[in-house]
Order: sequence, then C-alpha cells, then structure tokens
Amino acid sequence: MQNVVILQARKWFSRSLSSFSSNPLKVCVVGSGPAGFYTAEKMLKAHQQAQVDIIDRLPTPFGLVRSGVAPDHPETKIVINQFSRVAQHEQCSFLGNVTLGSSISLSELRKLYHVVVLAYGAESDRSLGIPGESLKGIYSAREFVWWYNGHPDGRNLDPDLKNTDAAVILGQGNVALDVARILLRPTAELATTDIANYALAALEESSIRKVYLVGRRGPAQAACTAKELREILGIRNVDISIQEVDLRLTPADEEELKSNRIKRRVHELLSKAAAKPRTAGLNQRELHFVFFRKPDSFQESEDRTGHVSGVHFEKTVLKGDGPGKQIAIGTGEFEDIKCGLVLKSIGYKSVPVDGLPFDHKKGIVPNFRGRVLSDTSGDPTLLEEGLYVCGWLKRGPTGIVATNLHCAEETVLSISEDIEKGMLISSAALPKPGREGLLQLLQDRDVRIVSFSDWEKIDSEEKRLGSSRNKPRQKLSTWDELHKAALE
Amino acid sequence: MEDFVAFDFLLLEIDFIVTTFAIGKGNSPKIFDVGVWYFCLNGTSDSGISVTFVDKDGEEQHIRVPVGMSMLEAAHENDIELEGACEGSLACSTCHVIVMDVEYYNKLEDPTDEENDMLDLAFGLSETSRLGCQVIAKPELDGIRLAIPAATRNFAVDGYVPKPH
Ligand SMILES: Cc1cc2nc3c(=O)[nH]c(=O)nc-3n(C[C@H](O)[C@H](O)[C@H](O)COP(=O)(O)OP(=O)(O)OC[C@H]3O[C@@H](n4cnc5c(N)ncnc54)[C@H](O)[C@@H]3O)c2cc1C
Ligand code: FES
Repeated sequence: MQNVVILQARKWFSRSLSSFSSNPLKVCVVGSGPAGFYTAEKMLKAHQQAQVDIIDRLPTPFGLVRSGVAPDHPETKIVINQFSRVAQHEQCSFLGNVTLGSSISLSELRKLYHVVVLAYGAESDRSLGIPGESLKGIYSAREFVWWYNGHPDGRNLDPDLKNTDAAVILGQGNVALDVARILLRPTAELATTDIANYALAALEESSIRKVYLVGRRGPAQAACTAKELREILGIRNVDISIQEVDLRLTPADEEELKSNRIKRRVHELLSKAAAKPRTAGLNQRELHFVFFRKPDSFQESEDRTGHVSGVHFEKTVLKGDGPGKQIAIGTGEFEDIKCGLVLKSIGYKSVPVDGLPFDHKKGIVPNFRGRVLSDTSGDPTLLEEGLYVCGWLKRGPTGIVATNLHCAEETVLSISEDIEKGMLISSAALPKPGREGLLQLLQDRDVRIVSFSDWEKIDSEEKRLGSSRNKPRQKLSTWDELHKAALE
Repeated sequence: MEDFVAFDFLLLEIDFIVTTFAIGKGNSPKIFDVGVWYFCLNGTSDSGISVTFVDKDGEEQHIRVPVGMSMLEAAHENDIELEGACEGSLACSTCHVIVMDVEYYNKLEDPTDEENDMLDLAFGLSETSRLGCQVIAKPELDGIRLAIPAATRNFAVDGYVPKPH
C-alpha cells in the first residue's frame, strides 16, 4: 500500500514537472557503437529536454563500425554520417577516452545521471576449451579484426602469415567470412580501403594460399548471410571447394530451410558454387568450405615449439529435429587439417563491470526490454532503477548495424514508459549534476577527455594521410598517435 | 468493345480537364491526385506522382514525388521518418518499406540479388517488402502506398536466441 502511494506521488511529480527545462533529464550512454548512437538519437527525439552524454573508452567513436566492419565494406560505414549529426546535436556530447570500470565506476555514473544506458558491446571471446588452444598462431577473429582495422588494442597482434600456406577458420558466420575474405582478396583491392597500413603490408607478404572455413553442422545451418557469401564466392582468382555430398538435404534440413529465407538463399548460393566447374588449380588461392567437423584439439608443430601446426577434427552428424534444433554429434571418426594459422570465429562475449548484474551463461546483462534486472531469475519486477542496456551487451553478439536501431527503440521506449509511470525519479524532483559532475570528477582523476571536435582532428588527419595513398583514410592505430592528433 | 474505348477515352478527357483545372487553380491536392497520371505520361509536368507513406502508428502522409526520385530521398525531403543508414547504397536495410497493394508491388521491377540480400535482413519482412532506396518513382506508381514497418513490435516478437555454432 505504501509503495502504491509513493508510486502515485512520483507519477504526479514526474508528469507535472518533467517538462521543466531548468532541470533536464541527464542521460549517460556508455559506448559509442551503433547501439549507443541509436539510443542517443532516439532519446533526444523522445525527450526534447534531455541532455545526453556518450562516453567511450577509445578516443574514436562508432564502435565496431570503425573497428569491426570490414575495410572493403565502405558503404556499411556511411552510417557514421548519421551518428556524427547526433554527436553534433546541441544537447549531446561525445566524451572519448573515458572507461567505465577504470576512469569511473558504474555506481558513480548512476549517482551523476538519472538514466544510464550501457551499450559497451562485447569485447571478449568465447573459448572452445579444447587442448592446445593457447598455442601460438591461434587467435580469436575479434583480435584479428581489430588488428586489420587499426584498433589501438589490436596493433601488437602481429600474426605470422609468412610461415604457412594454410589457415583454418573455425565458424561460418559473417565474421568468419570477413576474415577469410581479407586473407584471400587480392591485396591490390585492399590497398584502396581504410585497412591498417601494417596489416596491408603483412597481407602483401602473406604466403597463405588455402583457407578452410569449418563448421560443426551442415550447409543448411551455416550462420552467414547471402550478402557476405555472394561476396566471398565472387573474389577473383580463388578456387572454391564444397563437397557436393554435404549439400544433400535431410527432411529435417528441408523443414529448416522452408521456414528460413536467409538459410534457403545461403544454401542455394552454396549449391550453385559447388556445381561450378573448377579451374583445376589454375588459381593461386583456394577457399574450402568444410562442413560436419568439430575441433577436438590443436596440434603443436614439431619444428616450431609452441606453435600450432594443425587442427584435429571429429566428424559429426546432426541429431534432433525441428528448425534450428539439430545439433552436431561426434561420430568417433577423426581428420586433421594442417595449418599454421587458426582464427576462432565462434562468438564474441561481453564482460561485466563492478556492480552490474550479469548472466554469465548467456554473456549478457539480464534485462526486460532493455531495463536491467537485479538478477538472472527473470523476474521483471526486480529492476535496477535508472539502469538500461542496449546492443550486443543486451542481446548477445548477433545482428547487423540496423538490429541495434530496433534494439535502441525498444530500450528508449522502456525508459519513456518508466518516466511516464513514475518508476524513475523525475529530473525535476531530483536534479542531478550530469555532464558537469562527470567532467569535474574526470578532471580530478587526470583523465584527458577526447571531445567530438578532438575526434574531428583525428578524423581529418587520417583523411589527409589517406588521400596521398588513394585511401579514404589512413587510420591512426596507436594510443600515442591518436592522443597526439586529438591534442593538436 | 467500342463502348469500352469510348468510356476510357472519356475518362482520359475528364482527367485532362481536371488536371488543367488543378494547375490553373494552384494547389488543391485532391483534384490534383486524379489528374496527374495522364499528365506525367504527357511529359509536360514534373509535379510527380502521388505517394502515401503510412507510419508506424498508422498515420498517413501524402506527398508528391518527382519521377526518377527514390522513395528514400522523397521521404527525407518531406521529413518523413524513414531511416536510411547507408544513404541508399544498398548496405543497410533500414529503408525497408512494405508496398500495401500487391498490384503496385507487381508494377515494380523484380528486386536484384543484392536488394534481396539486404531484404533478407529487414525487420518484419513481408511478401511485398522492398527497400525504399531502390523504389524509383515512375508514372505507373502514381497512388502507391508504402507502410513503414513497426520495428519495435517485430523486434519483440522476433526475440533473440543466440545461434549455436
Ligand atoms: C567483424 C565484424 C564485422 C561486422 N560487419 C558488419 C557489416 O558489414 N554490416 C553490419 O550491418 N554489421 C556488421 N557487424 C555488426 C555490427 O558491427 C554490430 O551489430 C554493432 O556494432 C553492435 O553495436 P554495439 O553498439 O552493441 O557494440 P559496439 O559497436 O562494439 O560498440 C561498443 C562501444 O563501447 C566501447 N566500450 C567498450 N568497453 C567500454 C568501457 N568499459 N567503457 C566505455 N566504453 C567502452 C567500445 O570502445 C565501443 O566503441 C559486424 C560485426 C563484427 C564483429
Ligand atoms: S538506405 Fe541502406 S539499403 Fe536503402
């Protein structure tokens, strides 16, 4: 009863005072990827008085649009224009070089802002947990992608592409296809992209001729999309190898394809590619699609101690029925593939920060339509007041840029509903320091903030460096270079 | 048969008169709508075709779109909230629209493989879905109605089950 009264009173407060502009709603979005920017955009539209700050641990905005999306996908990056307009909105600011968890804690942020939306993505990896996983030459696709995309934390990866002619990629999703394409594509075509210059140089000297894309299940279950598949099948001078027997569909597969347009079109493309006559080794490079194999262990090289020399696979068959329900079961038959480079593309994973409820099994923050829940019991009434989540941290690491748009719509709708229902203390009833408080605190801690106009200096320096090489930009990819350009 | 032709011709004449009237009078959109079809065919007007956008809440907006312009550009020129993350370069699927009338859908050229690849990823895909940046105004499309899918609802329904690898 008492609760109801408080709720009613709060409701009255927020309704009657929410339009009070002298005490605007202070919102902090953590992470400046698509989820962060779409959240900011939708917040500014839904709450015209709101002040929205976007913090990011990097001096550069845009998250995986900058450090994930492949360099040869410039069209996908055009969305940066839209995000930049959001950052330039007078009630929005970008504060780069600010890390949640070290520059500032979650509890501090929640004290400073009415609403905190966590959109900091997924910066770790799932692991296989099989023998040999820590051998040299085995990387996660995330690390490899950061490396070729000039992420300052990927700079030192330095993968050895010169001492082997084969690479195995574990996984057949879009990220797997991206890294395979980067390994196989003629470097002359990559030279005019924004690929990191050291990565281009390493790829130019690469001796890798054979790339194996390996999946546990069959072509009807491949996790990629037709767009990415069409692209890799169209690379010049690459022989494509797909075993036609693998393409045979069981009734359960047929059922699966019937209900899934993407999978159906992917299967069609694979079938067409398999039927194409091969050029009998005339091409320099080969791409092998390998289905029904699960990695069992990694083999160590005899002459290069501590280095991977191959992957030991167990063959699989599918069991279980119903669309999406078929799982791969080992048959007890094994097969090796020799290689000096392994890229694990089996999924990104989010990492929690102090004080944040986290579902370790799913690798996401437990939430009800973007409202952070206090535990993983799934009870939607146990809410963390004023705390929300969006993007990969909310749904897990799947989906395209546009998925985050819908994801942000849902989260912002939840925030609006909570304000409307008085579930959230109104900004008028309790003014909060917001940006000013944050800036003060960061100054006390000697954190050098990179503002959006500082980023624009980095941006124009990168474009200037790129223009002489016929590239859209030449990325600055060390912390030092980035900070120097921002401070200029 | 003769009757039919005469009737058709009559219609055309009426339309033509109405159109002329509309031009003369300035901007009465209702009358204008009826006449523009023939007018465009004559190539004597660049006043475009009539297009209706139906937004997420079911509200309608009527606009005129010059022949040759994409529905994405047209929406943006008229402050209609149609997303266009990749600015029409066929790389995002955010400009997804649903053609509300199959007859109009059939008047469109078939989507290319590349458009279908992006449509695969569109939210709330329907039998008559297209990408707004790929639908270009032409006279036959006069009167077309395009719904902007209600993303949030679809999103909640779709859910997000992490894919096994
Ligand atoms: C390799 C790869 C290729 C892709 N290619 C495409 C493509 O071609 N087309 C497409 O549509 N989609 C593509 N995607 C998917 C798309 O990039 C994602 O859907 C999207 O970026 C997820 O958005 P997000 O905002 O949740 O996370 P992110 O984009 O990862 O953004 C998270 C942000 O949070 C910041 N951050 C992390 N930790 C902290 C912290 N502690 N404090 C402060 N800030 C922090 C990070 O620096 C980052 O800027 C690709 C993804 C990958 C991985
Ligand atoms: S605007 Fe991106 S596909 Fe149409």
